[in-house]
Amino acid sequence: MTETEFTGEEAVETATLPLDAWHRAKGGRMVEFAGYWMPIQYEGIMAEHLWTRENAGLFDVSHMGQLAISGDDVVAALEALVPGDLAALKPGRMRYSLLLAEDGGILDDLMITNEGDQFGIVVNGAVKWDDIAHLREYLPDDINLNHNEDYGLLALQGPKAVDALARLVPEAAGLVFMQTARANWNGHAIGLSRSGYTGEDGFEISLPNEALVAFADALCAMDEVKPIGLGARDSLRLEAGLPLYGHDLDEAIDPIEGDLGFAISKRRREEGGFPGAARILGHLEDGPPRKRVGLIVDGKLPVREGAKLFDGEEEVGVVTSGGFAPSVGAPIAMGYVPTGLSAPGTAIAAEVRGKRVPCTVAAMPFVPHRYVRKQGG
Amino acid sequence: MRRYYTEEHEWVDVDGDVATVGITDFAQSQLGDIVFVEVPDTGAELSAGGDAAVVESVKAASDVYAPVDGVVTEGNGQLEEDPALVNSDPEGEGWFFRMTLSDKSQLDGLMNAQAYKDFIADL
Repeated sequence: MTETEFTGEEAVETATLPLDAWHRAKGGRMVEFAGYWMPIQYEGIMAEHLWTRENAGLFDVSHMGQLAISGDDVVAALEALVPGDLAALKPGRMRYSLLLAEDGGILDDLMITNEGDQFGIVVNGAVKWDDIAHLREYLPDDINLNHNEDYGLLALQGPKAVDALARLVPEAAGLVFMQTARANWNGHAIGLSRSGYTGEDGFEISLPNEALVAFADALCAMDEVKPIGLGARDSLRLEAGLPLYGHDLDEAIDPIEGDLGFAISKRRREEGGFPGAARILGHLEDGPPRKRVGLIVDGKLPVREGAKLFDGEEEVGVVTSGGFAPSVGAPIAMGYVPTGLSAPGTAIAAEVRGKRVPCTVAAMPFVPHRYVRKQGG
Repeated sequence: MRRYYTEEHEWVDVDGDVATVGITDFAQSQLGDIVFVEVPDTGAELSAGGDAAVVESVKAASDVYAPVDGVVTEGNGQLEEDPALVNSDPEGEGWFFRMTLSDKSQLDGLMNAQAYKDFIADL
């Protein structure tokens, strides 16, 4: 029987990614995610999570959208839609940014790279079609937007990622965090960036669909590399304090509420000119009414997405992500609280199955980032 | 002592008027790493098919249902300290709770080992 999901009146079939058979052969347990069949786990989330923190984990993130935008005045066109300083983004450099709705709400979070002749943008799989529609609507007609569906995206994350990847692509070792390069592997043109979604050192590698299996096999043949599923990807990013779009961020939340003020570059703060600038700059100035915070849970009971947060008897917020954190050894969560309750150390309670679970607001990340910011460093 | 199985992947060991309940090896393998178990309080009245316990893996919380009607006589306190027992010994040390049997005829609706084996083979 064909698995389908119903969206409105039409039935949309869950799609397969180029590595589908590869995941299944590796023992991946496949689940529907963002419209695709993807591996939630292979040997187990806990083992995969800890492996990535110690060694190198290979993630298939080919569901994400890889876009390229070019044209005269492309910088101005993009800066009208996102709050990053793209004019100052040098060729070969990548920056985290946000696609903003007119009221300053977050439509998606994304990575933008200055590729010299164009800007490369990687967007979340779950909203990529909405992003493309938004970009087509708001970008001037003389700006080109290309959705590259001929390329897949892999992430190799963990302290041993650099050694493993450099055996296949020596250029990898020369990059620092948020730096990118074009390279060649077995005759295939590939893109590399030293970036990721785990808090560890690591890389994201864009390569032609027809090269994915051979590349994944070449990496997994190495002792330090194992394939890692979506389950560990989620627990790793949660420990790293990184928000997940559609859960920790959405259209009702602006970047300051989302604690992503770092993504509003200095020049853009001074000049404005991005969607929702009045609201966002106002929140920067006066503080937002609510804020995304980390929560450390007292005890062992996991506090998950949707749990209500209480200050005494008053309901004050909600958990947007949460679960057991393998590297912390305790449950942790992320959620929204009034700014007055957002200082680390503040006591707050989460409601789970009618019980109040004590939590403490905590600085994020929960597990220190280990990005490589300079060579030899 | 006889062992029965439910379609919700619980096992039930019956010894006289007392049943010991846990989740099957198949269930724990599907759930993955168990990080928390909430067992019912002693004295809790359970009805067949109703919520009895909660088991939480890294990724999700799942309900464990009462296989039959009865009253809880003991929860497995060891699971509080060591929830991973459900992974390592699901059909032994990783039991969830013990309960009285209000109506032994309800056991007739459960599966034996062979029937459960066939049941999961078809999933």
